[in-house]
Amino acid sequence: MATAIEPMSRDRLSDRRRRRGRELLQGWGFAAPAIVLLAVFLVLPFILAIYSSFTDQRLVPNPNLPTKWVGLRNYRRLFENESFLSGLVFNGIFVLVVVPLQTAFALGLAVLVNQKLKFRNAFRTIYFAPVAVTMVVVAVMWTSFFNPSAGLINSVLDTVSFGFLTPERFGFLNWALDRNGARAAIIILSIWQGVGFQMVIYLAGLQSIPDSLYEAARIDGANPWQQFRHVTIPQLRNTTIFVVLSTTILAFALFDQVEIMTQGGPQDATQTMILRLITFGFRQGQVGMGSALGVFYFVLVVVVAFTQRRLLREERAVA
Amino acid sequence: MAVMDAVRHVEEGVEVPRPSRRLRLRRPLTYSVMVLLAIFFVFPVVAMVVLSLQPNETQVIADQDSIWAFFPRALSLQNYEDVFARDVGRAVFNSALITIVTVGLGLVVNSMCAYGLARLQWIGRSVVIGAVVALMIVPFQSVSVPLLLIVNRLGWLDTYHVQIIPFVANPFFIFLFYQAFIGLPKEIEEAALIDGAGRWTIYRRIVTPLSRPTFATVGILQALFVWGSFFWPLMVTRGPDVRPLPVAMQVLFSDPNVPLGDVFAFAAVMTLPILALYLGFQKWFVQSVASQGLKG
Repeated sequence: MATAIEPMSRDRLSDRRRRRGRELLQGWGFAAPAIVLLAVFLVLPFILAIYSSFTDQRLVPNPNLPTKWVGLRNYRRLFENESFLSGLVFNGIFVLVVVPLQTAFALGLAVLVNQKLKFRNAFRTIYFAPVAVTMVVVAVMWTSFFNPSAGLINSVLDTVSFGFLTPERFGFLNWALDRNGARAAIIILSIWQGVGFQMVIYLAGLQSIPDSLYEAARIDGANPWQQFRHVTIPQLRNTTIFVVLSTTILAFALFDQVEIMTQGGPQDATQTMILRLITFGFRQGQVGMGSALGVFYFVLVVVVAFTQRRLLREERAVA
Repeated sequence: MAVMDAVRHVEEGVEVPRPSRRLRLRRPLTYSVMVLLAIFFVFPVVAMVVLSLQPNETQVIADQDSIWAFFPRALSLQNYEDVFARDVGRAVFNSALITIVTVGLGLVVNSMCAYGLARLQWIGRSVVIGAVVALMIVPFQSVSVPLLLIVNRLGWLDTYHVQIIPFVANPFFIFLFYQAFIGLPKEIEEAALIDGAGRWTIYRRIVTPLSRPTFATVGILQALFVWGSFFWPLMVTRGPDVRPLPVAMQVLFSDPNVPLGDVFAFAAVMTLPILALYLGFQKWFVQSVASQGLKG
């Protein structure tokens, strides 16, 4: 083959060079619109976020007070800010409660609808439906159902407990006034809306497990629980890595439902990082502070993404 | 499919000759659990629709914590009329326009970029691929404040394009298209090249039609994201002119003078079209949301 091509090589070489030149132009041509947009609306503001976080940049510039370099002042003030620290606390609680609960719930749902049952597609459709409902609407609906005096949730609890679980008896049922009540309400509606997404991911994971593994386990005399414990769970390792990782990052982004329901109250009990970000950067016009928070948030997301992956990888190495 | 299932059933039947008593008891139990869960996931939506049909506000408040939140006592569209009298139509139009334009432009821009990365050899290509992958991890919230500064300087506040242009190009969508395009067989494209077709023709006439599922996936994902977008419009819209649905919802909800019935009607207006689309194109919805699994 090589010898046959040999006599034409010079011709082909220039041809290839011409083609490469054309591909250079075409390649950039195809990619240019996206590259320009990403550069202007993602890369530039990202660089600006890092830079502004070291200045006292304001949203509306004051001609008498030119923007100046302030070093680490914004970061220091951030960590002296009570509301921001409360935000970190609630974000932390939210992650610690929602990530394990939602992951386990999603896995349970996926196992349920993965069985060979009649109407299983109908159940899948229903369980996933909340994902298609806008979070703002979810928050509005649940706010009225959690209503302490005339809410559906309390009257359901009241009915099923034969009048034992009244809001008076359990202060936490009054989400509007009670710190833990507000936190619980936000956690419940977040799981309601988000679990269908993780269920679908798990379902895809379950369906990729080869039947032969279960057959082998059955021949070895494994009961359904042992099959689940020793075949399903290990086989879903990669799926679980993704589900835990993405739920954690989404949990740090907590904003819409809190802004609608509580605006961070009562007494900063449901404060979040992103709520603070919009308060500093937009409502108070402190671009410097808002940017510092944005940079902190970015670092947190990166750290979570990487440590989690490493932890799960080590676990696999041990097991 | 049915045949396959039947075959599998027979095979299982051979392995487990007769279902144990425990198994027979398990079926009804499984179904009860699944029905209870279904009620859990459906009840807010049902209650929202039922209560939105009740024109009497006192009755809405009385019914919302009772069984009557699930069985309509009235079938009136009065609340819907009231809500549209409050110019909800404008917000619906704004959200629809912003969503359609963003998704339309996004599909073109992101798929073009991915095609360039997947099929053409050019200097800087590998750098761009690396940058796209790296940018996937940058959360929008992190860049939102400086971006607000930029669009403010540009005088873009209170416009449609401030809600569109920053969300057209998306590294994750480029990545999804890229993955799809490198999986396409090269032979057809090479044949077309030999026949003298240009790259643009190949992209338009071969690559695009072959990757329709990916376009549907990305389109639905981006549409869900833009339709529900709240954080950014909250910062860049002031008046009702270009205000999208989620912000209009917040304005309505935080006004104590607005009857609850109207709030439920508004929520239904925002939700039912998406749920209808979801029921119609379920497979695509599930697939597009599941495709986020690739991000990990």
